[in-house]
Amino acid sequence: MAKQIVEIVMPQLAESLVNATIDRWLKEPGDQLEMYEPICELITDKVNADLPATVEGKLVKILAGEGEVVDVGAPICLVEIDQEAGGDTPQAAPESAGSAEAPSVSAAASSAGAGAVSKPAATAQPYPAAVFDPNAPMRARYSPAVQRIAAEQQIDLTQVAGTGLGGRITRKDVELAAQARQSGRGHPVHAPAASAAPAQPPEPPRIPVVEVDEGNAAPGREYAIDVTPIRKTIAKNMRQSMNEIPHAWTMVEVDLTNLVQLRNRLKDDFKKSEGINLTYMPFLLKAVVGAIKEYPLMNSLWTEDKIIVKRDINLSLAVGTEDSVVTPVIRNADQKTITGLAHEINSLARKTREGKLKLADMQGGTFTVNNTGTFGSILSYPIINYPQAAILTLEAIVKRPVVIGDMIGIRSMVNLCLSFDHRILDGIICGRFHQKVKEILESFGPDTKLY
Amino acid sequence: MSNRDSRHEALGLTDAQVVAMYEMMQLARRYDERGQLLQRAGKINFHISGITQEPSQVAMAFAMNTETDWFLPYYRDYGLVLSVGMTVKELMLSVFAKEEDPNSAGRQMPGHFGCRRLRIVTGSSPVTTQVPHAVGLALAAKMRGEPSVSIVSFGDGSSNQGDFHEGCNFAGVQKLPVIFVCQNNGYAISVPFSKQSAGRIADRAIGYGFPGFRVDGNDPLEVYRVVKEARERAVAGEGPTLIEIMTYRVTAHSTSDNDLAYRTKDEVDHHRAKDAIPMLRDYLTGLGLWSDDREDELKQRQRAIIDEGQAYAEKASFQSPEDSVRYVYAEEEGGR
Amino acid sequence: MPIIEYIDAIRLAMKEEMERDPEVFVLGEDVGLKGGVFGTTKGLQQQFGESRALDTPLAESAIAGVAIGAAMAGMKPIAEMQYSDFMFPATNQIISEAAKIRYRSNNDWSCPVVIRAPIGGGVFGGLYHSQCPESVFFGTPGLKIVAPATAYDAKGLLKAAIRDPDPVLFFENKKCYRLVSDEVPDEDYIVPIGQSRVMREGSDLTVIGYSLPLHFAMQAAEELAREEGVEAHIIDLRTLQPLDRDGILAAAAKTGKVIIVHEDNKTGGVGAEVAAMIAEELLYELDAPIRRVCGPDVPAMPINPPGEKHFLLNKEKLKAAMLEMARY
Repeated sequence: MAKQIVEIVMPQLAESLVNATIDRWLKEPGDQLEMYEPICELITDKVNADLPATVEGKLVKILAGEGEVVDVGAPICLVEIDQEAGGDTPQAAPESAGSAEAPSVSAAASSAGAGAVSKPAATAQPYPAAVFDPNAPMRARYSPAVQRIAAEQQIDLTQVAGTGLGGRITRKDVELAAQARQSGRGHPVHAPAASAAPAQPPEPPRIPVVEVDEGNAAPGREYAIDVTPIRKTIAKNMRQSMNEIPHAWTMVEVDLTNLVQLRNRLKDDFKKSEGINLTYMPFLLKAVVGAIKEYPLMNSLWTEDKIIVKRDINLSLAVGTEDSVVTPVIRNADQKTITGLAHEINSLARKTREGKLKLADMQGGTFTVNNTGTFGSILSYPIINYPQAAILTLEAIVKRPVVIGDMIGIRSMVNLCLSFDHRILDGIICGRFHQKVKEILESFGPDTKLY
Repeated sequence: MSNRDSRHEALGLTDAQVVAMYEMMQLARRYDERGQLLQRAGKINFHISGITQEPSQVAMAFAMNTETDWFLPYYRDYGLVLSVGMTVKELMLSVFAKEEDPNSAGRQMPGHFGCRRLRIVTGSSPVTTQVPHAVGLALAAKMRGEPSVSIVSFGDGSSNQGDFHEGCNFAGVQKLPVIFVCQNNGYAISVPFSKQSAGRIADRAIGYGFPGFRVDGNDPLEVYRVVKEARERAVAGEGPTLIEIMTYRVTAHSTSDNDLAYRTKDEVDHHRAKDAIPMLRDYLTGLGLWSDDREDELKQRQRAIIDEGQAYAEKASFQSPEDSVRYVYAEEEGGR
Repeated sequence: MPIIEYIDAIRLAMKEEMERDPEVFVLGEDVGLKGGVFGTTKGLQQQFGESRALDTPLAESAIAGVAIGAAMAGMKPIAEMQYSDFMFPATNQIISEAAKIRYRSNNDWSCPVVIRAPIGGGVFGGLYHSQCPESVFFGTPGLKIVAPATAYDAKGLLKAAIRDPDPVLFFENKKCYRLVSDEVPDEDYIVPIGQSRVMREGSDLTVIGYSLPLHFAMQAAEELAREEGVEAHIIDLRTLQPLDRDGILAAAAKTGKVIIVHEDNKTGGVGAEVAAMIAEELLYELDAPIRRVCGPDVPAMPINPPGEKHFLLNKEKLKAAMLEMARY
């Protein structure tokens, strides 16, 4: 009969006990053990007991001597038994799952003295390297902490690599990005600047990495301004517009004397009944809308092999703030009266000032109008609001001597400047459009209805 | 005057004391009646009455020592609390739930007595929890070697809670100076005693190793005697006593209870006729200690006390909402 | 400084307080002559006499109620519940009475009682010798609740509890009795109630918990630091009520990634309140959803070893959860 050696381990004599002391061995190596025969005497804080053998065989070796404290689950002797049929090695003592696995935690538990805290060892491995994968599933899952830090530190999260699960940007990632930015270097990882647009625009030029060299420049001779997200957006749009669209430019003069008179006559009552000011812009927009109706090509965009003419006339209105310009949209401007347009203009200007513009306010524009005259300009060369076809400015209204008939009169004159996309539009159609706007504007007079 | 048939003298009570007991019973009665009126008049939300139980409560209190003993009343014990020193004004402040109420500054419902100064232990609504408390106070007295006895009262319904049995058993094993007084008024709201217990409450004491006595609640001098003896036993280290006072609840359980749904008016009238106050008045009058004139004077005096107490309480202010969240925990460092 | 076992720390706290103040005494089943079924009160009756280490009848409501009465008389009773599983008959006295005595009397009466009860499993005790009932009493204003994990805290918190003028539930972990030893000063000291403690500094995730599972968290943290370079920040609540709000928020804000651990069932456990507190006050510091790693929602753990192991928290379970959180 084949033999095998098995262990007898210390059992858990009572709950909460984790060890026991062997008081006296009752058997010696070489002795035969019968099942349940007592083999040694054990002492614990709670109970004293004899340990019964749970195997039959010959005691070959004692592993723990008299007086030794043995942990529950640790082997105390070896017994040679006849090999079991199934080849199982029997566990001599019942498995004590909980205590056997948890060795005395005095070593691991940190010293609990006041103020003593276990200091972590130096980290063995660096954090996973940052990888920028724009398609990672968790890339856009910004946690509240990440959003807050990005807002506070003006970090563009689209430029930050995520080391978290599924490519998530973690708080640490943003904090690192903020630190890197503050020390003057560019972002450690570059993201491709443009995402796929329908017209496949060419790659804009890379932003050169600027080393801020504190040593050479005398302190105070220059200072840096952080580029805000909105300035970035403006920069991007302007660049794209100038890059792609071949701009051409034309101007007409318009005699607004009658309109000026009309407005002066109506403005007080208008203010009283409508609660807002009556400016020249609603009239201009009305004229633009009327002219676009006759020359719809002005309201289109270029897509390489097609020109898309838009039926809806959504006028983008350039509204300036202290440090930027935005172009909120008046949708379906052709369906509004002059009064309605005045309200829309007022509302968008107010929302812009209060910072309450929503994305919906900014989208879908088809033609842009800019009242450059408000800051005194009499001539502008506007940049087209990509991807529209044209942009019109209303310059300052100036009283000038003008020839009427063969006499000289003092008239309120204003310049209208038009930049247009020469791929879509040519001089003739723009000229005609321009003339139409002029015609309508000059037709506003004492009989014009505002409603 | 030594050839009078004077029960109270034999018990060690002076004339002044027995008259004082009578006056106190009347005060408790009148207060209780006023409480009923106020509730029915809509001036207070709630009143719980103990009419005809006052005489035994007053007797109980007079048998104790207000300087050294602990008092754990239950919610009908106006007779008891008035006897150990609470005033009608303070009771009124309690029913009107005003800040000056010494029991709880208007936080607890009326009848939830508590006043450290008077050695009345704070009570709650879950019934019978005060029984183990009384035992604990007695244990403390014994450990400190103080000559203090706890007296705790509760109703017949409450005597069936586990806390009654656990408290009695503990006190019996440890031979503690506590008097358990069950005011058996025949009803626990609508449930009559016959449905509450199959045995006599007083007999339960045997099981816990100490004596139990039944006594007629309409005989206040007998109640006084029994409680006094129980107190002497306790002070002598002989342990607890259980006293079952047989009385009757002539009013409904509370102002929210319609008692004619479960008993007859005849039954109530029958018991009301056994009221101890007129009987004690006759006893005192017979001994020359009382008279109609004195009765009128008492009525006027007590009416004035009640009116004054009520007026004061009505005008008093409530505890502010900001203060109503205080005292969840001790406020001062190292405070009590 | 001597290293002593958790159970001895508890016994020494009682012994020293009883020496210091004659109004302190212990009562409960088997606490006197036998010295407690675990040996926690061993020697006290021999030293202080029968009445100060009082063997009571088998009646938990009376044990608590009598202690409450004695406390109202101004003594400092320590009532022992043999197993927290058996303390429920005392619940009425604890919640209706002890917790409310000061408030209902408008500060006229107070109840400086300590009620000790062993919690936790891992001793093959099955459903009724292994429970963690902290959440039953948690949220009852007027009670203080502590649950130490180390011997140092066990001694300091029990002393603080005995000296505290309000009722304190002292939940000692029976598995920790002999499993946990650490340095405990000989001199008198207390651990203030209401203060958590940082067990380990870290920057990758925060673990908040109490009692035995924290030891597993510490072991897991040590391995994670070595193997993965992950540094866990671990705090021991020590007091469950009142929770150390500042300590909890500081620890959560440190990393923005929080795991709360306790052996008690997950649903409605103390961890739920800690999570709600963090979510309410620190939304913009959070870098990951708050996670609780707790006992499953079954009445209690079975005695069969695989069942018990499945219920209990251990180093492996915590290590996996902590790593996942660090990598999130």
